[in-house]
Amino acid sequence: MNRRSFIASSGALVVSFSLLPRVAAAQAGKLPGSLSQEPMLDAWIRIAADGRITVFTGKAELGQGIKTALIQVAAEELVVDPARIELVTADTARTPDEQYTAGSQSMQESGTAILHAAAQTRAVLTGLAAKRLGVPAERLSVRDGAVNGVAYGELVAGEALHVRAQPQSPLRDPAGRTVMGKPLPRVDIPAKLTGQTIYVQDLRLPGMVHARVLRPPSYGARLRALDTAQAARMPGVLKVMRDGSFVALVAEGEFQAISAVRALAKAAQWDEHATLPESKEIYQKIRTLPSQDSVIHENGKSGSGAAMLEAEYLRPYQMHASIGPSCAVALYRDEALTVWTHSQGVYPLRAALAEMTGMPGERIRCIHMEGAGCYGHNAADDAAADAALVARAVPGRPVRVQWMREDEHGWEPYGPAMVSRARGRVSAEGTVEDFQYELWSNTHSTRPGPAGYLASAWQVQKPFAPPPPRAIPQPAGGGDRNAIPLYKFAASRVVHHFVTEMPLRVSALRALGAYMNIFSIESFMDELAAAARADPVEFRLRHLQDPRAQAVVRTAAERFGWQDWKKQPGRGRGFGFARYKNLAAYTAVACEVEVDRDSGRVRVGRVVAANDSGDIVNPDGIVNQIEGGIVQSTSWTLHEAVAFDRTRITSRDWGGYPILRFPDLPESIEVHLVNRPGQPFLGTGEAAQGPTAGALGNAIAHATGTRVRELPITAARLRQVLGA
Amino acid sequence: MINLNVNGKTQELDADPATPLLYALRDHLQLNGAKFGCGLGQCGACTVLVDGRAVFSCVTPISTLAGRRITTLEGLGTPEKPGRVQRAFIAEQAAQCGYCIPGMIMQAQALLDGTPHPTSAEIRKHMSGNLCRCGTHMRILRAVERAAREP
Repeated sequence: MNRRSFIASSGALVVSFSLLPRVAAAQAGKLPGSLSQEPMLDAWIRIAADGRITVFTGKAELGQGIKTALIQVAAEELVVDPARIELVTADTARTPDEQYTAGSQSMQESGTAILHAAAQTRAVLTGLAAKRLGVPAERLSVRDGAVNGVAYGELVAGEALHVRAQPQSPLRDPAGRTVMGKPLPRVDIPAKLTGQTIYVQDLRLPGMVHARVLRPPSYGARLRALDTAQAARMPGVLKVMRDGSFVALVAEGEFQAISAVRALAKAAQWDEHATLPESKEIYQKIRTLPSQDSVIHENGKSGSGAAMLEAEYLRPYQMHASIGPSCAVALYRDEALTVWTHSQGVYPLRAALAEMTGMPGERIRCIHMEGAGCYGHNAADDAAADAALVARAVPGRPVRVQWMREDEHGWEPYGPAMVSRARGRVSAEGTVEDFQYELWSNTHSTRPGPAGYLASAWQVQKPFAPPPPRAIPQPAGGGDRNAIPLYKFAASRVVHHFVTEMPLRVSALRALGAYMNIFSIESFMDELAAAARADPVEFRLRHLQDPRAQAVVRTAAERFGWQDWKKQPGRGRGFGFARYKNLAAYTAVACEVEVDRDSGRVRVGRVVAANDSGDIVNPDGIVNQIEGGIVQSTSWTLHEAVAFDRTRITSRDWGGYPILRFPDLPESIEVHLVNRPGQPFLGTGEAAQGPTAGALGNAIAHATGTRVRELPITAARLRQVLGA
Repeated sequence: MINLNVNGKTQELDADPATPLLYALRDHLQLNGAKFGCGLGQCGACTVLVDGRAVFSCVTPISTLAGRRITTLEGLGTPEKPGRVQRAFIAEQAAQCGYCIPGMIMQAQALLDGTPHPTSAEIRKHMSGNLCRCGTHMRILRAVERAAREP
């Protein structure tokens, strides 16, 4: 069965087209962005005879505003009103395969592809108009979806856009832009704020039933005995299914499913084992577990010497902690499976589901639908796998699975605990002459692809083992992301200890290791600046050669009023800077805090950030991301740590895993953007987390005279440290 | 059978009286506004108004609601004609993923109904039961302030 007939049989209302097999992009030189993976123009842009314009992206809206930005990019180069563009996002039957929506790469990959595809589409259309009107193309003008008044829909015919992209595109002059670089209200917001069906949590299909999964109480727990009789008799219950230790219950109504699965939980007996480390010893454990060690950077002659400053920094396991627990809807019918999911990668998920179910991949369709913000690899894929397993047990009925809060908190893959150590020395001239940095971390990606990375795949009768973890290579890096400072030091050496054994389930949490490495390096920069008796901002500038880095540091410092800031007792100011991944957006953050020594409570005052994300598409979108990153990082840095005992995760709700609430907010946040029209897009979504942590740590040290190197810097920890 | 007055309309529901209002709204009445977040009254994603006061619908059984006035996000406005607080949130672009925002809007509505011109500190205090994970807080505050300003 080909894709077209499968889609028809699955009942989904889409017009399908087949994406050509990927042709080696190398043949025609490197194509921009994701065009290198999917070079056909009509895989990205289609224009119907009636003038409707549809743009396709393999990336997904996660709340970061990508839909709006991609529409702006397409509208600019196609010279049409953004309202005329319909955007189709990640769907294995309709869109290009752009793997994961992750790593702040959507604008570089998909944005760049659509920018060039739209410009080349305009060129094709102009060429068609030239032929038709008998006028040279360069004498034609394009306005509002028409070439010299002839509408695109009239020009485009047959396979006109079914052509390979070229490496070069006739991009519009940035100076004449009308859509890009200007704030456009987010296209998704009005529907979200009025209760329309937007989220997969809101999807209701005819005949849909509700399922809940009985998750084990701890990693590796095995179901010893389960009496299903009582739960099966409860109102609305249609089925209790068991496959090894994977147990799910299906009911007509949602609350019926919840009530019955609670009864089921009481009737389940589990064999549990104390497999977790002592939480007090977790950092010792991370440092001593087997690791693959690599020197990821070395310059100059770095070695031991007299009077080295030394510091160790600690970061606990932290959660994605989505406000909406993960959810999916799946329908198995006619030996085909359709899954509506908020996964960050519909194609890799499809591969994982194929492996888990034994179904051929082409019989599975994964369609992205928004969920609550995920901030990385949370339980989205797991919920999709649950829904797929249950749907196969009740063919013909759409099955909706939503995780309960305790499942999300207890089973999502956390951002890994990390340890870092820095050593360094400043010269008599006040510059760093030696800098050494080491970090210890698990992997920061256990995303499906492989079925062995799905929670339910561990619990079924014939389980799938997780593949051995692999490090994400530099320059992006995983645990070692941003472990190499952008600062230029006379000598430096950076070592990544990739810890292969994983005591807790871990994966990608927004910014990966960059959050911790930037916290560590920016903290240590202040310690080195103090040793050099230098101002922290001036000290950073001394070691930055990249003018764009210097520009954001200067902008943040000036707008904050760094120079004129007056120290008062209990108050401090702090600065943090990084270029995300050393290749994406530049962000500098300055902030002030007030610390109450008795309670240990930190009140964050003004926060001022400067950001350079390259060519700005939607300035308000970038400001929203940076503001959000600052608040989220403030929460991580001051409040968050996953708690566990020897057997179980004990952070199972918002009481056991407190995050920032309104009263803990900074007093104000200002974001200043540096625009670089015509330059490449630089990802923004994860750019603020590290610099914010650095700035907060430095401000607290400045306020109290005591440096705290263990995250989170909670009131309890600070009170203890200051009281000692 | 239980009668619920939702958004000005009385509807008869065939549901277990212990059913939390959240599921009655979402599952029986097919209203999306109130979201499931925790089921524990800790996050506020499910906030609705009952007789004008903000309540967490996930911990409010429908048995307690006969004869009371329930207002959900859908009762405030539509995409074509959003209500005052919705308009203010749209104007401030006060959403990222947006999942918590319906609860925020209901919480803000309750505040402004009782305190038409709250101070910044009052807003922060009043909204403290509602969690946002994207970090949209500053915009949410600005949206509440705007709603208080605009008719």
